[in-house]
Parts: sequence; C-alpha cells; structure tokens
Amino acid sequence: MNVRAQVSMVFHLDKCIGCHTCSIACKNIWTDRKGTEYMWWNNVETKPGTGYPTRWEDQEKYRGGWEMDPKKQGLKLKLQGRLGALGNIFHNPYLPSMDDYYEPWTYDYEHLFNAPEGDDQPTARAISMITGRHMDNIEAGPNWDDDLGGSPVYADSDPNLAALTPDERSQLNEIERVVFFYLPRICNHCLNPGCVAACPAGAPYKRGEDGLVLLNQEKCRGWRMCISGCPYKKTYFNWTTGKSEKCILCYPRLESGQPPACFHACVGRIRYLGVLLYDADRIEEVARAADRDLVDAQRGIILDPFDPKVIAAARAGGISDDMVVSAQRSPVYKFVKLWKLALPLHPEFRTLPMLFYVPPMLPVLAKLKDGLYEVDGADSEGLTPLLTSLKQARLPLRYMASLFSAGNEEVVEAVYRKLIAVRLHMRSQRVKDVPEVEAHRALAQGGITPEEAEAVFRLTSLPTFDERFVVPPMAREMAIEPTENPLARKQAAGFGFRRAAKRRW
Amino acid sequence: MIDIVLFAAFPYMAVLVAVLVGVYRYFNDRFSYSSFSSQFLENRALFWGSVSWHYAVIVILLAHVLALVFSGGWATLIAAPVRLYTLEVIGLALSASALLGLVLLILRRLLNARIFTVTSTMDWVLLAALLAQVVLGLWTALFYRWGSDWSLATVAPWLVSLAKLSPQTELVASLPWVVKLHMLGGFAIIALFPFTRLVHLVTFPITYLWRPYQVVVWNWRKKQT
Repeated sequence: MNVRAQVSMVFHLDKCIGCHTCSIACKNIWTDRKGTEYMWWNNVETKPGTGYPTRWEDQEKYRGGWEMDPKKQGLKLKLQGRLGALGNIFHNPYLPSMDDYYEPWTYDYEHLFNAPEGDDQPTARAISMITGRHMDNIEAGPNWDDDLGGSPVYADSDPNLAALTPDERSQLNEIERVVFFYLPRICNHCLNPGCVAACPAGAPYKRGEDGLVLLNQEKCRGWRMCISGCPYKKTYFNWTTGKSEKCILCYPRLESGQPPACFHACVGRIRYLGVLLYDADRIEEVARAADRDLVDAQRGIILDPFDPKVIAAARAGGISDDMVVSAQRSPVYKFVKLWKLALPLHPEFRTLPMLFYVPPMLPVLAKLKDGLYEVDGADSEGLTPLLTSLKQARLPLRYMASLFSAGNEEVVEAVYRKLIAVRLHMRSQRVKDVPEVEAHRALAQGGITPEEAEAVFRLTSLPTFDERFVVPPMAREMAIEPTENPLARKQAAGFGFRRAAKRRW
Repeated sequence: MIDIVLFAAFPYMAVLVAVLVGVYRYFNDRFSYSSFSSQFLENRALFWGSVSWHYAVIVILLAHVLALVFSGGWATLIAAPVRLYTLEVIGLALSASALLGLVLLILRRLLNARIFTVTSTMDWVLLAALLAQVVLGLWTALFYRWGSDWSLATVAPWLVSLAKLSPQTELVASLPWVVKLHMLGGFAIIALFPFTRLVHLVTFPITYLWRPYQVVVWNWRKKQT
C-alpha cells in the first residue's frame, strides 16, 4: 500500500443556480492577463449542451484521455503513442483551435465619447482582443449556450444524448418539456492525468504532497499535447506566451488555509473540499477496470482514514498526522466513499478525476404516459412520484449515466434512490406529510439509515464554512514547508525580482 | 584577409555566440525556451507549411551532417552515378518541399491577422534568414551541380579544419559566391539561434520515448535530500 493524499472536491449539482460567480472569481484572479482572456479555468455549462470548448466530450474529435488497448490489454493514450507524439510535434492534428473556444473581444467604448457629431447614435463596435480589429460577427463567447436547454443548435449537439432513443431526444426539445441543469467544471486534478502523460517535455506534474496537477511554466516548450491529452479540455494554451496553463486549485490560497476562490465565492454553496487518502499502487489497475466497474473501482482506491493500517501506511509514506486528521474530517470522503452519493465526471476517460458530482434531482417531475412524459397534472399526485419517478425522470437516467458512471445506470439509480430517501425521510420528520411507511420504504430502497439520512441532510443543507472546506493543514507560519525547506531559504529572502511572463527574445 | 574574417573568424564567433548566449538564456530566462507554437490560432495552413518545412529541413540537415562526419562513406555512396542522381533528386525534392513550406509559413504570418500579432521582430529576421539560406542552397544544387560530390573536397575539409582549430580558408576561397553565401548563411543562422525561437531545436523532447507517463514531484522531499 502506497498511501498518498489528494485534495479532492465535491460539487453538489442540486444546489447550483448557474450564476457563474465561481467563474468570475477565478477569472479576476488568474486569467485576466493577455493571452488568457479566452480561458475559463472554472466554467459553468448548461446540460444538455455542447459545453466549452464546443463538444469537448467528443473524444473522436479531440482524442483526450485514455483507452484500453485491446491488443496489449493495457492502457494507452487515445491521442497517440510516444513515437506518434514526436511525429506529430510539428502539427498536432487533434488540437482544438481558438475557434473551438471563442475569439475574445472587448468593445470600442472610446468611440461613444469621441465620435464626431452625426445623424446616428455612435455605437461601440466589438474589437478582437487578439488582432485589435473590429469583429462584425461574433459567433461564440463565454457561456454561449448558457440556459439553452432544448435548443436544437446547442442542447441537441450534446454528445451525451447519443445514449438516448430518438423519441427521448426529440422530447427534450419540446416546449414545456425542456429541461436542463448546470455543470460547473474545473480541473479534476486526476490521479492518472492525461495532460501529464501526453506532454513530451514533462511540464505538467502531480504535486506529491497534495495531489494538485500543476504545469511548470519553465519546462513547457509549447508542444501543446497536454491540451489534447486532457479529455476535459482543462489545460489551455496561452497564445502570447506560447505556453500551456491550467487551474492550480488556488494553491497559494490553499497553502494559507483558504479554500480556492471559486469555492469561496460559490453562492449556492455547492462546493466541498477535503483530503482523500488513496493507494497509489492501484492507480493503473483502477484505470483499467471495465466501463461498468469504473465508479466502484475508483471508490475502492480511496482508503478509510480511520483504519489503523491505513494510518500506519500513511505515516510510513511521509504523510503528516495533521493531514490524516484532515482526511478524517473531509466532507469529500463522506460524499464519495461513505455515502456513495458523489460520482466522477466521465469516468470512462480513465484519468481518475478527483472532482466528484452529486447528480441533480431532476428538476421537474412528470408522469409517464405511453412512454412519454406528461407535465400536466404531475403535481396532483403529490409526493408519490418521488418514490417511483426515476423511470419518469425528465432527463432519462441514461443521460446521467453517460455523464457520471460510464453508462452504468445502476450506479446512478442507487445514488438517486438515496437522495430520494433523504428527502422523504426529512420531509416525514419536518413537514410530516409523508406517511412513515413510505419514508421507511424509501430508506430501505436507498439502502440508508435514518441517521445517515440526517447526516446527508445536514452536510447538504446546513453545513458551515469549515464543514464545507476542510483545507489540509498548512498553517500560515509553516506554509512554506511543504514546498520549500525553510532552513535552505534562511537568509535568502528579501528584495527579489520578478519578470513578466512574456516574450523577450 | 577577408577570407580569414569570413571563413575562420566569423564561424568561430557564430558558434561562440550560439553557445554562450544559448546557455545564458537557458539559465536566466528558461521561460523563453519555447517553440512559440501558433497552431492554436491557425490550424490549416500550419499543417501544410510546418510539416513540409520541418520534415524536409531535418532530413537535409542530417544529410549535410552525415556527408561531413562520414565523408569517406559518403564518397563511396555517391561513387556510382545512379546513386548520386537518386540522392540529388531526393535532395532537390526535399529542398523544394522546405522552400514551399517556408514560403507558406511566411505568407501565413503576413496574411493571417491573428498570426501577425504574435510575430516578433526576431521571428521576421529568422524567417528572412531561413528563406535566404534555403534559396541559396537550392540555387547551389541547381546551378552548381553535384554539390554532394565537390563539397567533399572543399567544404567538408574546411569544416573539419575549423573543428580542428586550424582553419584552412584556402579550401573554400575559390568557390562561387552563391556557395560561399550559403556557407556563411549557415553560420549566420547558428549565430541567430540563441536570439530567436530557434532554441526550441535543442529542447526536442526525445526523453518522452522512455520517461514514465506520470510525473510526480515531491517538493519537500526533494529539498530535504
């Protein structure tokens, strides 16, 4: 057993209101520089929808992540082999171009003040932030398909819809049956990251101490394979510096005890952060699991931080006792391992993402009539549909399974059974309009005890700041220690020089 | 005298500049060691330009180096006329491909507004130098035929004499000026190397062939030991 610590995350999608505050918090701190205008290390997508960059989930186009090599019974990068990487170095055939994201622009506000007197009101024309020229046709932008569930242009092009029948698909576009939810995305800080594996120069790396995936700007040579290698398209190319950049999970904030900015800013309080302990010896084994076993395998690699054997192994592996205590308090451990409520996004990419999602209870209930969803009168059945509604879900379970469990509907269904049980149980406790029999039946179906249901409810609805964010201990006075030896730095600090990250040669 | 300056002093200076500035830049501004790829901004023209340029120029450069290092073997290789013709035809085809690729890359930088904005002055200098060098090389190949043969008695021993630190400039003194310019151009590009994006050449990531896929860095442990 080779125990390592990983700062991991849970996003509770039921609570996401799609306000993009997280994106803005991130943008204002990290990506408001030249060359990064188009980057959204944190973005919020509408699902069903095409996302950002457009159709990023379509790995036939972008070739991110890993796949099983049937010949060798092993894992290989979907992008290319090692020789292929060197052969394609002069032109990466699968690199998304700026038009797959959007061309950043601003407006010629000055013209509003400086325009000469004329017959027409002056306008502020759009100006490309790359070329400085006027842009007359803006065809894409940040959150371009925001809230466009049901749109035949955007929602209909969601790659996950391939799992649905034509009837189900056409229904999603019908007025009054339109349905969508939000999917906030940041770097997953994977255990088996595709970006790290794809980089010929070895610039991206996983920080051993806390598992963050970072990208060494001094080592990056602009070979741009990481952008293709990441199936989530969460490494970005800075077009001025010629280097790749990615989410750093605000490690300077983490090191001073604060949660990352997007976590801190989240209005819906959907985000949880905490440490997971995992067995690094089993990464490859898990990444090679069959599609339907991927979620279970990933749960299996996460270790119980209360197990004395795990604690001993962690200590032997150089993990501090404080880190273990932090892992014991981790809300992520509860959601992912203990309650099995949070699922990885697209586990079939086999990078073992360490950002987990509690899938949303589907937004509106409906009756099933002749295989189609009836909206009218659905509420007349009271709460009963909650017990049976999974088959009547407005967004079919298969869609959720395509997102969160590599197509295994049983996994998603089990999660929903539990979520429903929590709701019915709490409703029977508080509002008392659910018969006890039904609540019991729901709990039995969900495989959850009343105590657990209460705990899920508490951490979902009433968590404090400190319960949501259990930042591993890097006390301010010792903040330097995980990355620097303070004795080696003694007498070295003082006035220093920093150079702008731009071309000088 | 002018021969000594051009064919002895200048080459040494060029190599010295390349090494010293290159090393200085590596240790003081490693961030700038990059290919500065512009593929993200423009994809299609880059494919035709970059692929035909890079592959052709790499093979041609390798042929230059092989002929120099193994001039005995090279002489045997081209002893039979059929092999000489084949080699020269391949060389011509590759030069044409390199030239076409380079012209395409230059046009792309000139005409595509996005690419134009990310092009530095040194990029233009480098592109001009490379274009001149390829044209001179192609000129030599076309109008001073069988360079792979006559260079073995002139250019190759001159370069060897340079390497041995006893330059014999008389070996190349009587060559036509186009050929001379091509030789000087080579060293000019070596001198340009550390000041341009050409430094990406020495960072070619050959280690990717054997390094483990996953990279884990333990900052604290590394500092401890």
